[in-house]
Amino acid sequence: VRSAIEIAAAINAGASAAEELERSMAAVAARNGELNVFLHVDADGARRRAAAVDEKVSRGEYAGALAGVPIALKDNLCTEGVPTTCSSKILEGWRPPYSATVVDRLVAAGAVPVGKTNLDEFAMGSSTENSAFGPTRNPLDPARVPGGSSGGSAAAVAAGMTPVALGSDTGGSIRQPAALCGLVGVKPTYGLVSRYGLVAFASSLDQIGPFANSVSDAALVLEVIAGHDPRDTTSLPEAAPSLLAHVDDGVAGKRVALVRELLDGSDDDVTASVLRAADVLREAGAEVVERSIPELKLGLSAYYLIAPAEASSNLARYDGVRYGLRVDGDDVTAMNEATRTAGFGTEVKRRIMLGTYALSAGYYDAYYGQALKVRAQMIAAFARAYAEVDFLLGATTPSVAFAFGTKTKDPMAMYLNDVFTIPTNLSGEAAITVPFGTGEAGLPVGVQLLGPGRSEARLLAAARVLERAEDRS
Amino acid sequence: VSLPNGFEMVVGLEVHTELRTATKLFCGCANRFGAEPNTLVCPVCLGLPGSLPVLNERAVELAMAIGLALHSTIAPSTFHRKNYFYPDMPKDYQISQYDLPINSGGYLDLPDGSRVSIERAHLEEDTGKSTHLGGTGRIHGADRSLIDYNRSGVPLVEIVSGPDMRSADQARGYAAELRGILIATGASDGRMEEGSMRIDANVSVRLAEAPFGTRCEIKNLNSLRSLHRAIDYEAARQVALITSGGTVRQETRHWDEMLAETSTMRVKEEAEDYRYFREPDLVELAPSDQWRDRVAESLGPMPAARRLVLRGLLSGPTGPQIESIDVVVMLDLDAYVLAVHELGGDVTIALARASNEVAASHDRREHLTTSAFAETVLMEQRGELSATQAKKVLGELLTNGGDPAAIARTKGFEQLSDDSLSATVEQFITQHPDEWQRYRDGDEKLAQFFIGLVMKATSGQANGKTVIAELQSRR
Repeated sequence: VRSAIEIAAAINAGASAAEELERSMAAVAARNGELNVFLHVDADGARRRAAAVDEKVSRGEYAGALAGVPIALKDNLCTEGVPTTCSSKILEGWRPPYSATVVDRLVAAGAVPVGKTNLDEFAMGSSTENSAFGPTRNPLDPARVPGGSSGGSAAAVAAGMTPVALGSDTGGSIRQPAALCGLVGVKPTYGLVSRYGLVAFASSLDQIGPFANSVSDAALVLEVIAGHDPRDTTSLPEAAPSLLAHVDDGVAGKRVALVRELLDGSDDDVTASVLRAADVLREAGAEVVERSIPELKLGLSAYYLIAPAEASSNLARYDGVRYGLRVDGDDVTAMNEATRTAGFGTEVKRRIMLGTYALSAGYYDAYYGQALKVRAQMIAAFARAYAEVDFLLGATTPSVAFAFGTKTKDPMAMYLNDVFTIPTNLSGEAAITVPFGTGEAGLPVGVQLLGPGRSEARLLAAARVLERAEDRS
Repeated sequence: VSLPNGFEMVVGLEVHTELRTATKLFCGCANRFGAEPNTLVCPVCLGLPGSLPVLNERAVELAMAIGLALHSTIAPSTFHRKNYFYPDMPKDYQISQYDLPINSGGYLDLPDGSRVSIERAHLEEDTGKSTHLGGTGRIHGADRSLIDYNRSGVPLVEIVSGPDMRSADQARGYAAELRGILIATGASDGRMEEGSMRIDANVSVRLAEAPFGTRCEIKNLNSLRSLHRAIDYEAARQVALITSGGTVRQETRHWDEMLAETSTMRVKEEAEDYRYFREPDLVELAPSDQWRDRVAESLGPMPAARRLVLRGLLSGPTGPQIESIDVVVMLDLDAYVLAVHELGGDVTIALARASNEVAASHDRREHLTTSAFAETVLMEQRGELSATQAKKVLGELLTNGGDPAAIARTKGFEQLSDDSLSATVEQFITQHPDEWQRYRDGDEKLAQFFIGLVMKATSGQANGKTVIAELQSRR
């Protein structure tokens, strides 16, 4: 499989973007029926854009850092004129009149969006089993889940349909499926990437980030989509950082903390991979220490109050009045209820109810208010850790990809899948997962590196050290 | 109107004013009244999935201007979401300010000498506008509903007073004075008939010095007259209820202008739980001291100070003149009167014309320059125009603008030559010897008789004062 960097270089040198796109679409056609990766393939739009890239190159112009690179977009990113469903019946058939900032930036850099990928409905889930349009299968073992909620985007890259993809990460929704599909996945610092056009799940936690087969490809895509956006008040004020140029900076002289709470409860294979990663970093010149950050244990509980609370408000607009599904009722209230009853799936309803309750008069202080305090404690705990070390090391998920149906009956078992990824969303900081070693049934294990805000370049460089060690082994 | 049986009313007002910004509070759509429905909309003010709000800097300045005019404290503030379902609210939450408003505290001094405290004046977005057709005409029970989202996202400031007012007169005085301040700061056009200023009134009654009674909130009063009538009605209703052994229930009430009564909209038990929480899509709003100072420096004098200036132009203003000054200041027409004064003109005439003719068409005032107004008043003062003619010239100036002398010529308002006027007066004296004799004997009322005849004969072009001078010279 060629990397995005190689593809863009070849196309800028005169290779055909149209042919590259046809190869990608052939790969989609070959396995999409089996894996259910793409909800919508925008063949016409993609061909038009590939042709535009080819024309630009033929005129002797530079066609961009992602010239002709096919890319898959999670279906909660708005794409002008192209269906955007969030894998929900309530948005079925809706075509946004505008594109997300990240989509505009990708296209401006020459990328060719192939289509929209499956997800857990409104990004709520960890297996893509909560999609209203059927689950996505893990290309490495179709009897297992690809993870979630960005399972479709992870599967698109893992199945070789596109070299890179975008997902969104609210509690681990990029890192967990990347780990389960053997990919690099980045949860950027909150505000590094504009959220404009990302259909909100939990606004204070959501971030868009890349999936890639390599650290360098992830760095390239992140560089293209990052940087201040005047349409997103919460986006960081500065332009995109230089990332690709620093991936080979190594870890010499860096201090790394292996964090007990980011390993607790992991399968033995997973733990072994993380310990081996610590050795590799040490050999590469990093100082590795062991630390405990007890506050991380509180993350899951706080997250499952804050995220549903915000979601209960963000998802109120799906009321049947303006767009998407409408189920008639005797009056407007009955219409709202019938629409939402028919349009939302079980997990979405569960979280709307949970969040509504957590914000209700008389319960706010005990639930939402308390969760905000925990969040503040977690931010302080991370800050203390980062005063001492450059980054933290742990597992991305407690186990490798699991089989369908094993956790759908027990929401708590499913939620526990995100126990290592959630703290970074609560703190608004950065984290990356990189495939390192294998576990049960030879499936990939993801190792997670966590850093403070704006530490993406450092994290990518550290991940690259692990990646090179894997390539040699 | 005082209440019976020793009761007094307690009134607090919540005034919503739309801000006169070029664009909406969180997007670049035009903030304009009267456009075709749903033409001033975008993904943000339609609340489309994925859209995000970006705060309008000018709206913040106008909110600060209001706060400065009301002696409020401007502090770092935050935005919250107020969650409830309503079809004309596209996100099904309203972005508003909650525990940390941009302006808190303050007061407003009324012309009657009383002071009303201000609790807060915060920023929020307006909703769209629903029209319910057929059936009951209300949202539940209408045949169908139409929604215009042009108003969705229009910036509002909500100004909450303390429960300090004790009569409908005082409440109306507060609303009128506040309206003058909103116009003076440039924050609002104060047009209640277009809904750019809307008032909710909290009314309760109590026996003097007793603790506050249970209050009822009357929603959406859209004229000063409705406000006054609704408060008087509601206070009387509550007194009647209590004196007949009943108790007031805390509720939201609707004022029906036709029936001249309030009726229950919803009782407190049905009140929504708005589940306020910090708006995660916006950051803290912390205007710098420098920014606040710039806004303060840009503020002109407020109505109270301006009234004093105008009164100072007269030696002992009469009641009608004070009323004229109130109108002139409320509609921000001071510049016209001041222009006349600067040219040494008659302020009394200027006040009369400004508070009547200009006030009646003040929405077209951009056609009328202060110099054209002053020239018209001076022409009237010099007798070159009669009062009737001066009013017609102002009417033309307010419609199309132009030069007063040229308009007077075009309309044939040429000054009657003294000779021709003299001849006309002489003619009527001859025709009415009895009346003339009575006038000569000292019956001054007869002057009006002759003026009337001359005016009729000259189609109102004669100057009344000149006619009197002619009469007196022959006495």
